[in-house]
Amino acid sequence: MEKVDLIRARAIPLRADNVDTDQIIPARYLTAITTDGMGEGLFASWRYLDTGEPNPGFVLNNPEYKGAEILVAGANFGSGSSREHAVWALAQYGFKCVLAPSFGDIFYNNSLKNGFLPVVLPKEAIDALWDVLEGDPETQLWVDLRTQNVRMPDQQSLRFEIDPFRRDCLLQGLDDLGFLLAKEDQIAAFEAGRAQPAAA
Amino acid sequence: MGKTLFDKVWDRHVVSSEAGEPTVIYVDAHLIHEVTSPQAFAELRSRGLRVRRPEQTFATMDHAIPTREIPLWPDDAQAQVGALRENCDQSGITLWDIKGDVQGIVHVVAPEMGVTQPGMTIVCGDSHTSTHGAFGALAFGIGTSEVAHVLASQCLMQEKPKTFAINVEGRLAPGVTAKDIILAIIAKNGASGGVGHVFEYRGSTIRGLGMANRMTICNMSIEGGARAGMIAPDITTYEYMYGRPYAPTGKAWNDAVIEWSALATDDDAVFDRSLDIDAGALEPMVTYGTNPGMGVPVTGAVPQGKDLADDQQRRDLEAALDYMGLVQGQPMQGQHVDIVFIGSCTNSRIEDLREAAAIVKGRRVADHVEALVVPGSKAVKAAAEEEGLDRVFAEAGFQWRGAGCSMCLAMNDDKAGAGKYVASTSNRNFRGRQGSGSRSLLMSPIMAAAAAVEGQVVDVRGMLR
Ligand code: SF4
Repeated sequence: MEKVDLIRARAIPLRADNVDTDQIIPARYLTAITTDGMGEGLFASWRYLDTGEPNPGFVLNNPEYKGAEILVAGANFGSGSSREHAVWALAQYGFKCVLAPSFGDIFYNNSLKNGFLPVVLPKEAIDALWDVLEGDPETQLWVDLRTQNVRMPDQQSLRFEIDPFRRDCLLQGLDDLGFLLAKEDQIAAFEAGRAQPAAA
Repeated sequence: MGKTLFDKVWDRHVVSSEAGEPTVIYVDAHLIHEVTSPQAFAELRSRGLRVRRPEQTFATMDHAIPTREIPLWPDDAQAQVGALRENCDQSGITLWDIKGDVQGIVHVVAPEMGVTQPGMTIVCGDSHTSTHGAFGALAFGIGTSEVAHVLASQCLMQEKPKTFAINVEGRLAPGVTAKDIILAIIAKNGASGGVGHVFEYRGSTIRGLGMANRMTICNMSIEGGARAGMIAPDITTYEYMYGRPYAPTGKAWNDAVIEWSALATDDDAVFDRSLDIDAGALEPMVTYGTNPGMGVPVTGAVPQGKDLADDQQRRDLEAALDYMGLVQGQPMQGQHVDIVFIGSCTNSRIEDLREAAAIVKGRRVADHVEALVVPGSKAVKAAAEEEGLDRVFAEAGFQWRGAGCSMCLAMNDDKAGAGKYVASTSNRNFRGRQGSGSRSLLMSPIMAAAAAVEGQVVDVRGMLR
């Protein structure tokens, strides 16, 4: 997994609550048996017109935001389906981080497992960011995982919370599977110490 | 202090919990399907790892498969099904193949087979894994990375969720169903109201429900933001389970029942949050918007922006109605319907089909409506045919399909066209969920049956016999 520490980039305002994973990547893009090529399906229903042409009204297609690596979204971002394809699509498109007032649980977990940083900020901060980013698409944000701060455009710093273990994993690029496999002795002891589940 | 049902199941599965680390919990049963597992097997292969407990892993084919005879499968569905076959074969995992007698939607088949049992931890790369909580299991959806974790280690890293009691008391009026209970809960508590929590559905109404209805309710826990929902096991649970292929037998069964019966929440246990629902006051529900929290009683109307608390909610309402082609204040009754879909892991069990058939019997699907019934499993399909329900549906003008997810997520050829209104018994009314541009109106099976007959949203209570 790639390490995450300081993300310094432009940001895109996505003014909507409850952006579910069906919006992030529709089911028709879930047909692959690899993780490749997901970026194309990102926000497909919003990004493309029925003709397949880019939808000029959708913020991702606005050239002023070209190169943005941070998405600023509304509450309950990534709710719904468990599809990890949603995170793969965001990352492959070029995003490194999403700021939102809250996240769907599974999406939040999936993000951490892909070196993709979900940051919870208060709703008021998100509202303020939307206004600033819509006013000036060139605005740069700093998201510093080491100090757990988002530097806002007015130079104020906003602290965000993240589980310390998770933070260390992201900073060091460690993945969970290694951690779990290192627990082999405890897993074996647990299995030995209980009656086999009835289904086994 | 006493423990909740959730606490008891959680505590029994903790493999390690060390300061500064997430808790590692053990997974009893791992369910997999063709869409979210191939990348996980690839991950294992790339690391030279094997499936640790193939005998605790069960696979179904359901999400991408066609549910009618089609001459040629799309390449991608073929590839996913092929990959699953190969992966299961190489690892020694039980596969309920589309070619076999046992097959269907993962959350319908696992309970039918008796794999789902009280007190277990059950996971699947599918958010509606919460369904299995109806048996008093702790069951939740995981992402594909976590599917790989469970395949390789039979464990997961988890933060302990909080508990949330949902107390449902009172007697349901005729025509009001389990689906209406859960839609009402989500309408009241919001689509994200349960984030970070596990729901426990409690109270006399819940205790009075059969297993199919309990599964309907737990199924949609995720739509209320909770990853899991649980119901304490009781005699209803044991009656359902007894004699199923993977259920314990003989003395093991008796021992298990004693153990399961101790799982219920202790009287003095405390929940982090709670919500009370008066079942007697509920009406049939229907959604008008683009998340499952946007629901109202069928006798009600689409809400008005001026009644909402804040700007963001107003904007979301406007955007949702714009997509749905509905207007503020519009009564739900009389809303036009193009397609009726009876199916999905929420409402495709034999009980659901029986109730819908009772409404449909002797009536005709409205001329402009395309209606389909997709049973949740081959077993449901066979049982329905045994009872003659297939004929009731066919005579009324419904299509009678094979088992699978079908138009719940529209990965196969069952897609609602852009702008079409779908009266659907599934669980998600997200934009485009049932086909690009489709507009879902979620409701119970009997409400959907009534909508098929009338070609519009109607109050099924006027059609009960
Ligand atoms: S029926 Fe729908 S919700 Fe259920 S598992 Fe299939 S796609 Fe998911």
